[in-house]
Amino acid sequence: MEIYGEYQSIDSDQSLEQLNLSFNPSSIPLKQRWRNNGLSADFLGDYVKTFFPKDESDPTTEYKQAEIKSNVSYIANELLENSMKYSSLNSHAMISIAVYLMPEQIIIQGINEGSEQQWSNLLKIINELQENDPADLFVQRMEQDALGETSSGLGLITMINDYDADLSWKVNTMHSGDKLITTQVKISI
Amino acid sequence: MKKIEDENYCVTLDEDSAKVIMDGVLRLSGAAEFTPIVGFLNDLLALEEKDIEIDLSKLEFMNSSGIAVLSKLMISARQRKSGKITIRGSLSIPWQTKSLKNLQRLLPALELIIE
Repeated sequence: MEIYGEYQSIDSDQSLEQLNLSFNPSSIPLKQRWRNNGLSADFLGDYVKTFFPKDESDPTTEYKQAEIKSNVSYIANELLENSMKYSSLNSHAMISIAVYLMPEQIIIQGINEGSEQQWSNLLKIINELQENDPADLFVQRMEQDALGETSSGLGLITMINDYDADLSWKVNTMHSGDKLITTQVKISI
Repeated sequence: MKKIEDENYCVTLDEDSAKVIMDGVLRLSGAAEFTPIVGFLNDLLALEEKDIEIDLSKLEFMNSSGIAVLSKLMISARQRKSGKITIRGSLSIPWQTKSLKNLQRLLPALELIIE
């Protein structure tokens, strides 16, 4: 098992609330499945929103609720899109996405199986994220992209840059040689 | 006026008023799927010497592939010799306050109005 970043293992009694959704990535083609990413992400966002009720006497609570829903939804959608795009094609393993409400933060966590090559591509991005300022990395990525070079990792960069998220990874090598990759995203409440 | 739409979003190009309006939820699966929308944005950019506007004030969600599309447009816009570029957003849509400011890093002359 390898850990990158400040990965936090979550005991079920630590989280105040949690919701976990799992999918079988190979049952239908990606194109047909794509719309489900948004539906699932919005569902997770809506679910968490419930625990931040609006207070009629405090108008900021209404924005806070919308913001929490939007943050969870954006991050969960990006994690799901990545999982769907970068999973082993022959994998029968499930993809999962979960949200945990902790006392001072929200954890959004995605799990998928990737090939050794897919993991090594992700590891390259992780190293770049750890070594560079995310705002500079954003500009650099977009300028590379404009020159026709393929860029990836933008979803992860925006989570750090725009949402002040803390990202970490746990990776296990399976018997097949494929990697079981857990991506954990923490945002403060 | 030209339109591209599906059940989740509607993108309108209005060449007379030099505007592209994006409404709804834009979460397409990557560069290829965004091609028709990129076409609208490039047509807008090609309106030389005009002040152009991209109105996102009813765009509830956009994924990072969509953010990449807007970002690349900012880089293309650096070549424009005249005419202002405005992006209009809404304070009530949280992703816009968080992510649109990055576009100004790519194009400092961008007028970003979030209200």
